[in-house]
Amino acid sequence: MIAIALNITIALIALAVVLNVYRLVRGPDAPDRVLALDTLYINAIALILLLDIQLGTRLYLEAALLIAVMGFIGTVTLAKYLKRGSVIE
Amino acid sequence: MALVAELGISILLIIGGVFALVGAVGLARLPDFYTRLHGPTKATTVGVGSIALASFLYFYGTNTSYDLLELLIMIFLFLTAPISANFLAKAAMHLKVKTTDNTRGQPWDQ
Repeated sequence: MIAIALNITIALIALAVVLNVYRLVRGPDAPDRVLALDTLYINAIALILLLDIQLGTRLYLEAALLIAVMGFIGTVTLAKYLKRGSVIE
Repeated sequence: MALVAELGISILLIIGGVFALVGAVGLARLPDFYTRLHGPTKATTVGVGSIALASFLYFYGTNTSYDLLELLIMIFLFLTAPISANFLAKAAMHLKVKTTDNTRGQPWDQ
């Protein structure tokens, strides 16, 4: 049962990634693209968690944690750059 | 693993996938940036939190591991999603990103 649910969930997340890439390419403003990138890294975490269940290993969870931390820092940095014009003043 | 546990994990996985998809549809289809901010920062965060919980329960149920890394990821996402949404909204207000015609007043006037 878990295997079927896992395949359905991977398909749903892949569709979500396609919609996010659509918003990333389409724009129209810079904050839209930053928001699309923010959503993309969150979906990447979900895909890594699903891959871990699929393979039955916990090898890639540290990668998911690193993506969570670095993605948050990246979003905050880009938002600050858009607002102030520089990252470190 | 017991049938109830498998059922619970499957339901959590499906809920997570549906929420992530709903957030992405909101991001793709809503009319302006301020409404688009709602989809990913709420729905997608709950979706990934649900998937993380399912992963934790799966590895706990199969006796593979007992550490709390997934819960750590979940808590971190729940803490950081509102902060990044706030930063992005402030940046958009500073840039005066266009709103839909139905918006009463302008966000940067307040």
